[in-house]
Amino acid sequence: MAKYWNEKVECMSREDMIELQNEKLVKQVRHVWDNVPYYKKLMEEKGVTPDDIKSIDDLYKLPFLKKDDLRECYPYGLLAVPLKDCVRIQSTSGTTGKRVVAFYTQNDIDLWEDCCARAITAAGGTSEDVVQVAYGYGLFTGGAGIHGGSHKVGCLTLPMSSGNTERQIQFMRDLNATILCCTPSYAAYIGETLRDMGYTPDDISLKAGIFGAEPWTEEMRQEIEKSLGIKAYDIYGLTETSGPGVSFECSEQTGMHINEDHFIAEIIDPDTGEVLPEGSKGELVFTSLDKEAFPLLRYRTRDICVLTRGKCSCGRTLVKMTKPMGRSDDMLIIKGVNVFPSQIETVLLKDFGAAPNYQIVVDRVGTTDTFEIKVELSDNMVSDTIKSVEALEKKLSADIQQILGIRAKITLCEPKSIPRSEGKAVRVIDKRKVYNV
Amino acid sequence: MTVKQLSVFAENRPGRISAITGFIGDAGINIRAISVADTKDFGIMRLIVDNTEKAMKVLQANNCTVTLTNVIAVTANDTPGGMAKIMETLYKDNISVEYMYSAFINPSKNTACLILRVDNNDAAVTALEEAGFALVSEAELLEI
Repeated sequence: MAKYWNEKVECMSREDMIELQNEKLVKQVRHVWDNVPYYKKLMEEKGVTPDDIKSIDDLYKLPFLKKDDLRECYPYGLLAVPLKDCVRIQSTSGTTGKRVVAFYTQNDIDLWEDCCARAITAAGGTSEDVVQVAYGYGLFTGGAGIHGGSHKVGCLTLPMSSGNTERQIQFMRDLNATILCCTPSYAAYIGETLRDMGYTPDDISLKAGIFGAEPWTEEMRQEIEKSLGIKAYDIYGLTETSGPGVSFECSEQTGMHINEDHFIAEIIDPDTGEVLPEGSKGELVFTSLDKEAFPLLRYRTRDICVLTRGKCSCGRTLVKMTKPMGRSDDMLIIKGVNVFPSQIETVLLKDFGAAPNYQIVVDRVGTTDTFEIKVELSDNMVSDTIKSVEALEKKLSADIQQILGIRAKITLCEPKSIPRSEGKAVRVIDKRKVYNV
Repeated sequence: MTVKQLSVFAENRPGRISAITGFIGDAGINIRAISVADTKDFGIMRLIVDNTEKAMKVLQANNCTVTLTNVIAVTANDTPGGMAKIMETLYKDNISVEYMYSAFINPSKNTACLILRVDNNDAAVTALEEAGFALVSEAELLEI
């Protein structure tokens, strides 16, 4: 059984990797300078030209790209190739303002799927395997990326998409799926449903799972491993950099190897932007070295983690990142969907004219996230009839679903009933323990 | 001729009705009619009081969501069919009743006072007056 998908790169010496990164970075900075006026301007503002970037040691000179830049450039502003050379887009959920639309050339797709193939191989996958993809298909990168990676490895691929859990289990049993790919919360739910249907892990052929797109804890891993009788591997990625597969876990399960031949990772102080030494906890920043269509340089992920470069028992030399330990912004991941409190504010503003005080309460019941939005009413918001209040609730609920793609329970509250902390409104209460801290 | 009704939004949790009626009582305001419409999560308390303006201020000062609505107070004969006659009158003129409840107070021993919330106050007032029903004015409410 092949242990690596691309042994040369995955086990490359540090010196060779640096040389490879140096060469690619110089080329990539030139590509962006020549083709992305927006980033060129950012570089000019910082007084940097491509000539200043001779190796990865010069990386710190480049300006950061932030989510705000992506919003400003929506949709084509960061595109670095003619549109006719693009073959695909993927997108995050969210409003126009928050939505990220990433473009891919065929090479970009190949590179991304190759990263996913490495992840599948690291989880023990070979062409003998049957991969059940229960990530959502469509604009979401989860389904598409793993699907492509599974093809590359030569696995029999079951493009299930998410949902219809009893059918998932039926296919899993009838077609002897050996690797399950989905969000960790959905994996946990499949495990519960399996038990509820009267089956045990012995009734299925699964041996491994590759789970990502949302934070999860070691406790959750153990639970999933037990309920499905598998080894559970983490996978990380974001639409901005391609999708899942930017980093992946190996059998050691002590962090995710970053595909450094394609992505340079840095850890910075989220407040000052200063690059922190190896082993420090800070915000993860990625520079994509090979992407043609959407080549982001020094993109701030807002995920907080630690990079370590020790020797790994799996033999890979690729730097490892911990699971994200939190965020340096206010983004929440609810049911695998990225949610910003400002998106909810937008809806309230639209439906009420002025944004009332509100609070988002997120919890996890069993394996399912619950999502409640409490809204404080003021005099002009309600009338004397029940139906008018219920209509208001319904409208809010529909508008939230429209913008976020997930349903929220709307609870209308009396004025001043949402507690303030030192006079400041507490916008988010997340009762879940999703981060290992 | 209509009377003013206060509607107070209340979360469905213990102590809310007690608190709201308490605010009014403490301010020396007398309740003349009351009804509570409830759902699983919240209720709307509708009140007719002897000092609407003051009650509104008191409730708002206590962080209540209050709205003001004009409703009709009509007296019906306290005999079988008294109520039906009022409804028939409104129905004939195509007026919808959103909700209704009865007041604590009555102008006389032989009548009952009903509070009506309809979709068209002007049309309802005309129809009821033409049919000979006695409407109760705000001033009258205070005196009873």
